[in-house]
Amino acid sequence: MKLKTALLGAACAFVMAPAAFAERGADGELKLTFPQAVSIMNPYLSSGTKDVIASSMVVEPLAAIDDQGTLVTRLATEIPTLENGGVSADLTSITWKLQPGLMWSDGTPMTADDAVFTAAYCMDPAGGCAQATKYEGVASVEAVDPTTIKITFTGPKPNPYTAFVGSLSPILQKAQFAACTGAAAPTCTDANNMPVGTGPFKVTGFAVNDTVTLEANPNYRDPAKPAFATAVIKGGGDAEGSARAVMETGEFDYAWNTQIPPDSQTAMSAAGKGQFVVAFGTLVERIEMNMTDPSPDLPEGERSTAKHPHPILSDIKVRTALSKAIDRAILVEVGYGAGGKPTCNVIPGPDAWASDNTGCIAQDMPGAMALLDEAGWKDSDSDGIRDKDGKKLSILYQTTVNPIRQDFQALIKDWWTELGVEVELKAIDPGVFFGGDAGSPDTFQKFYADVEMYANNSDNPDPETYLSQYQCKNAPSPENQWQGENMNRFCDPAYDAKVAELGKTTDLATREKLAKELNDMVTKDSMTVIPLVHRGTLSAHSNTLGGVIINAWDSELWNSADWFRVK
Amino acid sequence: MLTFTLRRLLIAIPTLLFISLVIFLLVDLAPGSPLSDIPLTVPPDVRRKMIEALGADQPVFVRYVLWLRQFFYVEPAYLFDSWFGTSWAEGEQRLLSWQSRSPVFTIIGQRLPQTLTVIGTAYLVGVLIALPIGIYSAYRQYSAFDQFGTLFAMIGFSVPTFFSGTLLIIVFAVWLGWFPTKYNTQLEVVDWSTFVEQLRQMALPVMTLGLANAAAISRYMRSSMLDNMSMDYVRTARAKGMSERTVVLKHVLRNSMIPVVTVIALGIPSIFGGAIITENLFGVNGIGAALIGAINASDLPMVQTLAFIFAVLIVVFNLIADVLYGFLDPRIRYD
Repeated sequence: MKLKTALLGAACAFVMAPAAFAERGADGELKLTFPQAVSIMNPYLSSGTKDVIASSMVVEPLAAIDDQGTLVTRLATEIPTLENGGVSADLTSITWKLQPGLMWSDGTPMTADDAVFTAAYCMDPAGGCAQATKYEGVASVEAVDPTTIKITFTGPKPNPYTAFVGSLSPILQKAQFAACTGAAAPTCTDANNMPVGTGPFKVTGFAVNDTVTLEANPNYRDPAKPAFATAVIKGGGDAEGSARAVMETGEFDYAWNTQIPPDSQTAMSAAGKGQFVVAFGTLVERIEMNMTDPSPDLPEGERSTAKHPHPILSDIKVRTALSKAIDRAILVEVGYGAGGKPTCNVIPGPDAWASDNTGCIAQDMPGAMALLDEAGWKDSDSDGIRDKDGKKLSILYQTTVNPIRQDFQALIKDWWTELGVEVELKAIDPGVFFGGDAGSPDTFQKFYADVEMYANNSDNPDPETYLSQYQCKNAPSPENQWQGENMNRFCDPAYDAKVAELGKTTDLATREKLAKELNDMVTKDSMTVIPLVHRGTLSAHSNTLGGVIINAWDSELWNSADWFRVK
Repeated sequence: MLTFTLRRLLIAIPTLLFISLVIFLLVDLAPGSPLSDIPLTVPPDVRRKMIEALGADQPVFVRYVLWLRQFFYVEPAYLFDSWFGTSWAEGEQRLLSWQSRSPVFTIIGQRLPQTLTVIGTAYLVGVLIALPIGIYSAYRQYSAFDQFGTLFAMIGFSVPTFFSGTLLIIVFAVWLGWFPTKYNTQLEVVDWSTFVEQLRQMALPVMTLGLANAAAISRYMRSSMLDNMSMDYVRTARAKGMSERTVVLKHVLRNSMIPVVTVIALGIPSIFGGAIITENLFGVNGIGAALIGAINASDLPMVQTLAFIFAVLIVVFNLIADVLYGFLDPRIRYD
């Protein structure tokens, strides 16, 4: 992370903030609506993105990530780097300086002690902190003086910007949460619902899974912001209803996550009251290939494990053929409209990290057929389904219950059927599919199917953690109670070695190069993952709301302090 | 009568305990995990710690007994404390929702007012529309009005609320712009303008549900009226020279109301249950929306508590109906 880019990003934000800002609270009420209501305002105990986004208006980290994926300061005076000495030369510590005179919304001073406390709060094993990964590898957090925070890591950390960076890792007030550590964390209802913060707004009322009411923080560090005096976040309903309330009736200023069908997007935009905005992060809808045999004939405990390679999909020609048969542009058109674009990458962004791999975009049906012929899969009994050695080319394709995914399943089934592949479809309740219950045969980890489709993303612009998921050791198996993120059971020592290399590399350009190579290894080189659509989060805002800069790398409301009413 | 009531109440206790166990096991056996909403970027070991912090990894009977204790001892004690300033529930763990970590009863307390206002009004409106339609349809059987009433009832029966609600939104909110589409639960009625605001925001959900309610009740009313219209006492009344008005509204109506009142009374618990689809559609966020949200999030304490409260309400209202029969109809004797 270069200081210059960071400063540039910060400067950009200032330039974009128009001169119209007269004074705090001059623009009345800001109304937001979320299809999923906010459950809790403490991101450390949250179980969903909705809570994190809402809380980002109230509690703040030391640095946020802007729409370009670069760091910008929040509570810190500057971003610590190797060059300015903020990051130690051996990469084992990082030192942040707090801005002077910071105040909590209750008027008490904010100090380094609060950060020390927050780290201890999340690192307490009994607390069930949802953002524990942000503090992984942290050996200690100390307050050198009231405005200096020093984080020491257990080893060299090439990417030290995890703790206290981004909306997932804000600083909580020690005074408010002191009695809420460990097992007591969930019991502090008032603190969890109405945290005291340093952000532009403070919570004045909280109705669980319904409404959050906020008002401008009187002690916010910029006396001219926020422009809105009050804000309300109304939750509930569905994406369609939220979008309608902004785009057609104009009741609300901003709607988060309005993922609606492309034809509805067009119809609603026509009303002329608002506009859709898309943030493209790293979310990729993909088909994962099972490299192991999920056959129900195998004894329980051996299905979908490394003991039995997949009888069909172990052949890269088959995997490539399946990918070639798919027309990704049609999928985008049917499912996402403006909210998606075709991709061949697992890491589709930020641009600097994305491989230039576009080979899969164009559909190539004859090429796919030729590959299958070459692999020995021929339709010998003329029933329309290819076979080899008396075995039919038949696959089970599973995903979650979701209208877009079912459309995708139907389209892809058509293409694959044309190819001579027999496809059986299965749709599983998302709660079960993603629930991770080791007792259920239908989880995406168990993968009792040949291919499965879902979306996944990296929660950090730096994809190291995300890419490390495809290491051999992360394959779910009975030995690890079917936990693990390497659904494909992909196993390549060269990949693991490269991940280890990435973990030791500090030079940004080399890291980017390694990430691209790793991306290519699981996509175009091995066709283990077939990326389909690079999905953005589609949100809507009213034409009367200004200052919105949609951001995929941090909370969408990251710059709500700069929002204003267009008059 | 008193013995009967007492006996029924005593039988209700083991019944409800059994129901609570069955609900608990059903909810527990249902697939899904309270963590299915958290992003995939949260790794497995962090998930495991979160499950442990929720207590969701405990054996099912341990959790059931804990729930019984929290529901029947801690929560009443807590309520008692807040009323009388005592400290019975000091240091006791209240019944917390897994999804929001808020006490389940706090959430129910926040949700009940809008459910009762919106669903209750819709029920009342439904009844007020249904009774005249049912009465007049029966009195003028096969007339144009009756045909229209039948059509109305069929529409109300067969059009699901997610469709009729969306239709109302498009017509009255998007095209005409008369009413808001999202219900503001934080609105406090303090003066005339907020009262009007409240009426405006209730209009669409009440219309949607009122139509559905009215359809069912008007059919009951009509058929009950028809049964009575052909009775001997009606002919007698007419023979005595009574006006049609007196015959229909005094004699026939009162006798026809007995089964209809039962239907209306037994529908009351459903007001507390809320209306899942309509609440979600208009953002009323009452009990129904809470229930479906909790089911989707596998929030076991919340689902269990709501389902059990519904069970209690149904048992209690059935008992009330049974006891009322005894009072209304002297021929029914329980002793």
